[in-house]
Amino acid sequence: MKVLYFAWVRTKTGIAEESLALPGGVETVGQFLDWLKTRGPGFAEALKQPGFVRVAVNQEFAQADTRLHDRDEVALFPPVTGG
Amino acid sequence: MIRVQREDFDVGREIHDLTAGNHAIGGVVSFIGTVRDFVGHEKDAGAPVKAMTLEHYPAMTERQLTDIEAEARSRWPLEASLIIHRYGHLEPGDRIVLVVTAAGHREDAFQSCQFLIDWLKTKAPFWKLEDTAEGAKWVSADARDDSLAERWHKR
Repeated sequence: MKVLYFAWVRTKTGIAEESLALPGGVETVGQFLDWLKTRGPGFAEALKQPGFVRVAVNQEFAQADTRLHDRDEVALFPPVTGG
Repeated sequence: MIRVQREDFDVGREIHDLTAGNHAIGGVVSFIGTVRDFVGHEKDAGAPVKAMTLEHYPAMTERQLTDIEAEARSRWPLEASLIIHRYGHLEPGDRIVLVVTAAGHREDAFQSCQFLIDWLKTKAPFWKLEDTAEGAKWVSADARDDSLAERWHKR
């Protein structure tokens, strides 16, 4: 998977973009977020408020039960503030 | 039509180019969003903003704006529509976003323009980083934007 991080999710995790193999046992967005939280303090900090960080899969808003596949582009970001 | 760009835009020229030659148009409505020079909602309470940087997720921005525009065109009989959104470094007074809708009658143009900016505010992946006296701060999403978008949900 290609994983992208934007705005303060990027600054907290310290990563803008990375390639990851879908971790074992991870099938959904919710499970992926739980796994990410265990990767380090920056990830835990960015994801500490459940449901706050938004997730897009292949450029569409996703939910906790959205299924993930190895070739997906997954993006994590705060609620949007454009316009 | 949608455009995401770093450069400024000329409102008069954009409206002209969008509507020229289409005499079925009876009403054109535009919304222009600009950079405020204070943080938050209250002019007197807000710390000054010197500049801001708008970050976005290009592939998704394109997709979301295209979808939002298509949704507007499915709900109202529009003759023409345009969304321009800027990114990058912006200063107070700068234009950020332009939404233009043109229809045979004003009601459709007014409603669809409001719908487009309300939906864009909650769906288009842009994030504002404000440069204030206390340093750079990410703007928090505003619950009011969610309720303004909510009113357009079909029941």
